[in-house]
Amino acid sequence: MTTTTVVAPTVSGAPHSTGLASNLRWLVSDTLTLTKRNLLAVTRIPEALFFSTVQPIMFVLLFRYVFGGAIDTGPVSYVDYLLPGIFVQTVAFGSVSTAIGLSEDLQKGIIERFRALPMSRGAVLLGRTTADLVRNVFVVIIMTVVGFLVGFRPTEGVASFMAGIGLILLFAYALSWFFAIVGLSAPNSETAQVMSFPLVFPLTFISAAFVTVGSMPSWLQGFATYQPFSVTISACRSLMVGPASTGTGRSTTFWVVQSLAWTIGLLIVFIPLAIRRYRTRT
Amino acid sequence: MTIAIEVDNLEKVFMGKREVRALDGVSFAVEEGTVFGLLGPNGSGKTTAVRVLTTILRPDVGSARVLGNDVVKKAALVRSLIGLAGQYAAVDENLTGRENLQMVGKLNHLPNSFVATRAIELLDQFNLTEAGDRPLKTYSGGMRRRLDLAAALVARPTVLFLDEPTTGLDPQSRNDLWEVIEQLVGGGTTVLLTTQYLEEADRLASTLAVLDHGKVIAEGTSESMKADLGATVLEVGLPTIDDARRTGTVLDGLGPHVVLVNGTLVEVTVDNGPQAAMVALRSLDAEGIVPTTFNLREPSLDDVFLALTGHRTESEEPDEEDNLSPRQQRRKKRLADLEKALPVQTGEYA
Repeated sequence: MTTTTVVAPTVSGAPHSTGLASNLRWLVSDTLTLTKRNLLAVTRIPEALFFSTVQPIMFVLLFRYVFGGAIDTGPVSYVDYLLPGIFVQTVAFGSVSTAIGLSEDLQKGIIERFRALPMSRGAVLLGRTTADLVRNVFVVIIMTVVGFLVGFRPTEGVASFMAGIGLILLFAYALSWFFAIVGLSAPNSETAQVMSFPLVFPLTFISAAFVTVGSMPSWLQGFATYQPFSVTISACRSLMVGPASTGTGRSTTFWVVQSLAWTIGLLIVFIPLAIRRYRTRT
Repeated sequence: MTIAIEVDNLEKVFMGKREVRALDGVSFAVEEGTVFGLLGPNGSGKTTAVRVLTTILRPDVGSARVLGNDVVKKAALVRSLIGLAGQYAAVDENLTGRENLQMVGKLNHLPNSFVATRAIELLDQFNLTEAGDRPLKTYSGGMRRRLDLAAALVARPTVLFLDEPTTGLDPQSRNDLWEVIEQLVGGGTTVLLTTQYLEEADRLASTLAVLDHGKVIAEGTSESMKADLGATVLEVGLPTIDDARRTGTVLDGLGPHVVLVNGTLVEVTVDNGPQAAMVALRSLDAEGIVPTTFNLREPSLDDVFLALTGHRTESEEPDEEDNLSPRQQRRKKRLADLEKALPVQTGEYA
């Protein structure tokens, strides 16, 4: 009885190299394959994408035309105050789809198949978060159009506006890594979704998104001003309609630095945690 | 003789709400180019063994090698040599059949041109060409399983793992899938197959190991096991429990194993079905016992178990149950219910 050791794969063109450059190349290639797969899923259920934009549009209409008249936002019109808040709310809710998507993949056994394939280990999480980033780009474009239709007029120029969009997309990408952990910990996608909302909801509403923080009770103001959603909203608002709009007397740079610090901090903490969770979840 | 899969004293314990010893010192070897059947009820450790061999799970103790490569130390290499088709058709619902195959091909790092041709080839081989560009939502259970198997074959693996490939399928789809697997084996692929059906193992596998509570309780060729067991089960139904008891006594010694009396049903495993049936009918007639039903059937996994362990198969101890989501558990239960509704039995002469 002998045991053969097969070193080369059976199909020519399936190189098995362990070099760093080659690993990186496969990581990129596998991530792209899975990003494409995740985005194809989005296009196959267009209803899901449609309805994920309906909710923020309803928020825009509700606050612009129903509540907005009762909210004093000082030097800026309410619609200009509102839209940066809506952008951040929309992408944050969009990041929840990372949790839902991952738990669905676990539940359906696709990740089991991925684990038995000679693909890069990190590609499952990278492909998911990248696809959700692309999805968020699409949603932000729609919200921009809706914003313009209801009278949103950025004052700081195109470059500054785009910088604001870039900032919130980066922030949403960092949030995706947090929601990846939620998705990998949830027993199923329904639970992943309901687990995410108690986390997103207070951060969205106890914030500078819809009202000025100054109108809140003083014990809440500290949290409402400096929690990560608020600093990103204020940064975005400063970049789009000028620093005076935040009503805080702080500069644009102040808020942008704070927001970037949160984004980088979230990435540094949650990427390794998500990867660890992915490895240990069997 | 060349060994393709070598399993050496594997142990795996799952810590959940309660400790489950899914693998408890499992060893076996699979010869290259043959089909090895891992037979056992739910929770016997079959899936855990496959998950260790396909590098998804690390064993606590012991080692395993695929084509001489350790599944833990050389996991990446092993992954490029194997194919896996799972119990829960692990294909992507939102993609088409072709897209599923292409995705697996790309993740196997095969060149695009090869992947495209291979997808066409496989869709054709599995009779899915027409459905190839439809999303999976429109596929039947049998089509999904075929696609799942096709996905496992994209990279032309030399060793193939099939984890309960036909569980939950209707008899026609099961037969179709068996034919496909037989063709593969004809092509020289080494296959490790897990199943709950003796008939399936009998038809496809040349060598079998029976698992119970994470231990191999029997190993050998399908012929030798059947010879040990007796080839046919004679099943006699009677009008009363009293008659059943008397029948039990009358039929004692008909086969190599004890007669089983279960309510009004009497079962005895025999070597030669028709001959034993004649003897049984004569003796019953002599005693003035009139049966209500009289069947000859192939032994089921349950019979093998009974003969080997003295207890019926128990499925109330599923492995990894604690790690399954409620939905997976419900699905598992549905599949189990479906199996009960579709007993794999042949040769009924009521």
